[in-house]
Amino acid sequence: MLLSLEEATVRLGGRPVLDGVGLDVAEHEVVCVLGPSGSGKSTLLRAVAGLQPLASGRVLLDGRDQAGVPAHRRGVGLMFQDHQLFPQRDVGGNVAFGLRMHGVARGERDAAVAQLLELVGLPGAARRAVAGLSGGEQQRVALARALAPRPRLLMLDEPLGQLDRSLRERLVVELRELFGRLGTTVLAVTHDQGEAFALADRVVVMRDGRIAQSGTPLEVWQRPADEFVARFLGFDNVVPATVGDTAADTPWGKLPVPDGSPRGSRPLLVRPAGVRLVAADEGLPCTVTARTFRGTHVAVHLRPRDGGPRLEAACALRDAPEAGAEVGTAFDAAEIVVLG
Amino acid sequence: MALPVAFFAVFFAWPVAAIVARGLKTDGGWRFGRIADVVTEPDIGHVLWFTTWQALASTALTLLAALPAAYVFARLDFPGKQVLRAVVTVPFVLPTVVAGSAFLALLGRGGLLDQLWGVRLDTTVWAILLAHVFFNYAVVVRTVGGLWAQLDPQQEQAARMLGASPLTAWRRVTLPALAPAVAAAALMVFLFTFTSFGVVQILGGPTFSTVEVEIYRQTSEVFDLSTAAVLTLVQFAAVGLILAVHAWTVRRRETALRLVDPAVTARRPCGAGQWALLAGVLATIGLLLVLPLGVLVRRSLDAPGLGYYRALAHTDGGTFLVAPVHAVWTSLQYAAAATAIAVLIGGLAAAALARRDAGRLVRGFDALLMLPLGVSAVTVGFGFLIALDRPPLDLRQSWILVPLAQALVGAPFVVRTMLPVLRAVDGRLREAAAVLGASPWRVWREVDLPLVRRALLVAAGFAFAVSLGEFGATVFIARPDNPTLPVAVARLLSRPGDLNYGQAMALSTILMVVCAVALLVLERLLPQSRTSSTGGTPMDRTGEF
Repeated sequence: MLLSLEEATVRLGGRPVLDGVGLDVAEHEVVCVLGPSGSGKSTLLRAVAGLQPLASGRVLLDGRDQAGVPAHRRGVGLMFQDHQLFPQRDVGGNVAFGLRMHGVARGERDAAVAQLLELVGLPGAARRAVAGLSGGEQQRVALARALAPRPRLLMLDEPLGQLDRSLRERLVVELRELFGRLGTTVLAVTHDQGEAFALADRVVVMRDGRIAQSGTPLEVWQRPADEFVARFLGFDNVVPATVGDTAADTPWGKLPVPDGSPRGSRPLLVRPAGVRLVAADEGLPCTVTARTFRGTHVAVHLRPRDGGPRLEAACALRDAPEAGAEVGTAFDAAEIVVLG
Repeated sequence: MALPVAFFAVFFAWPVAAIVARGLKTDGGWRFGRIADVVTEPDIGHVLWFTTWQALASTALTLLAALPAAYVFARLDFPGKQVLRAVVTVPFVLPTVVAGSAFLALLGRGGLLDQLWGVRLDTTVWAILLAHVFFNYAVVVRTVGGLWAQLDPQQEQAARMLGASPLTAWRRVTLPALAPAVAAAALMVFLFTFTSFGVVQILGGPTFSTVEVEIYRQTSEVFDLSTAAVLTLVQFAAVGLILAVHAWTVRRRETALRLVDPAVTARRPCGAGQWALLAGVLATIGLLLVLPLGVLVRRSLDAPGLGYYRALAHTDGGTFLVAPVHAVWTSLQYAAAATAIAVLIGGLAAAALARRDAGRLVRGFDALLMLPLGVSAVTVGFGFLIALDRPPLDLRQSWILVPLAQALVGAPFVVRTMLPVLRAVDGRLREAAAVLGASPWRVWREVDLPLVRRALLVAAGFAFAVSLGEFGATVFIARPDNPTLPVAVARLLSRPGDLNYGQAMALSTILMVVCAVALLVLERLLPQSRTSSTGGTPMDRTGEF
């Protein structure tokens, strides 16, 4: 393993910000840590970089314990959330900084800077002042600067956090291609699930300094480990349930569950796609409270007539009922997940 | 951190403690009873009373004269504003003896007012008060105006939209935000005037005496060390109290204010009221700050063919063993050494204080660093003589003694100038450099130094000017054959005769020019760093408290 964290714990002001985290990153792997703000994501990166001492546990790089190795000798790269470009240096000076620190000769340095700027899509920008760069350009310069000393592990802290949506979507694709081409090992953190799923080979969801779930984007998306992960991914149709052999008792009535679901008293997730709208006299009777246009479909917000939590259905554009309409709902076992 | 602590312990705490002990300790032990005896003495009571009320009056007058200017500098935009800001700052770094002689030339015997209307103020308290306003004008203008310029005008506009009149909006929104800065500036002015030495020594005559002047008199003329020690303790307590309150107001000022770039808050004056205010402020600056210096220069030129200046090159007057002009060279050498020491000690202290993980203890050192500004310089000077007189630190014969004492006064200014800038350097910039492979030393050289270079030079200029003008401690420890400029001026003024007086004016003019040039060159000619555009880094906070 290139990077291993063993029971890594960080305390700030007595409170554990990182609580016994274990994590492995293999060479050439792109791992994305996903979590709400305050879940300890950034602290995780800082601990690996050597900017934040551990209270207990170990950080290993290439199998070697990094305790006592200062940040500048760890050979990892970190791209900061707001880039932290050096304001008094131009673009070239920023990108060349790490090479200078490693004693690379001037000619070689200039060639490497030109090549890296080409790579991130800013050819010939070496003499520009960083203050005059747009957000997207700063992001590219920061990336080139982090890549320049060829770190064995590149860490990105909210790499696209402050950019607008369309730019973010384009850059995610570019980054993914770039890392694939260079074979870079990447550990990124973000609070944006779309970004994480688009960028990563493996997603790690964090909550309150602990790892809540780890897996491929598809695994995490299809089978959220618990109610927290489900809600964090944007699923709101979560209710307490008593799960039996083929069906579960919920406030919405008896719902079918997939074969092999764990039994007992557990939260249950119904994906919006698994809520079908049927004639008003069938299934669970509901009132439509609102419709939200989501591009490819319409989210229909429903209030069960007999009480119980509200639920959301995904509906094709032309089938969506008006607000105030009375509808019935049926549930699809394939889109129902019994959570841990 | 260890070096600054050691420096202040050996060259500040120890000499002061030594002289207090010399005064209050006898073979039989401590004589704390002396404190009550001295404080209840009528003469001393009179000195304490005068010190306090003249400081209060000076502070009130300074606020009265300088607050309109703070508004004008913060909110109005007019041609020549930058130059005028620098002009206002010059008196603050001028040596006290120069200010003393300037006001003597303006208000004293044969002075401008004497010639015009036969009015002499040099034996009245007005001369002292006006000289104090002259000195501390910049403290109020820069401290209050600096914050005022950064207050968001939209806050006041929001109050207007909610139905407040302009005056109410100012009173309810701007004034409360400004109050801590006004309090901090007022406390600083009070501190400087409470411990005033050079000005009162020259303008006070035999009638008026502050605690500091009395300490000098008791030490060097009456040789009553116990009284001097008690007075030192009294002043120490007062200064400690003032600094504690000051630290509290500074903390309040730094919290919870939304600040904006000063460049966007200033407008061209409009309406008769604002033009009148601007004219009034310009007139005040002309009369109070520029005129005394102008008169000083003119008086130094009174003798035909620059006679007073040429007299400086000879030892004929018998006042000195060497030609007075040598004092210029001596002073420059001392000040250069003192600046180097002050920048080293002050810079290290500021770097330690700026660390984000600095504990309570270290942050407390922040306030302690200001103590040398207020504790009797005379005591420090005399303390040097009696404390640093035996091995391993026998420095009595060493030239380094004077720069050491001057650095003590210069270091707090270095800290005050460097600290805000160092604190404004984003810690993550340093981390970014570390992750890219920079060792801690290279991080400092590559990240901190380029960002603080300008502030460092301004701090050095400040320390240089302050060292050049230091009088209270230097008057004790400068050797008679090697006086510094302020000491030479004071000695010339203490002798009768027009030639001595004229030479004092000429030397003061030289001293003023050197000080002003040192500061103006550093503040004006240095290129503005490009970084100032990225985060409102406070690059030019000289003279703000």
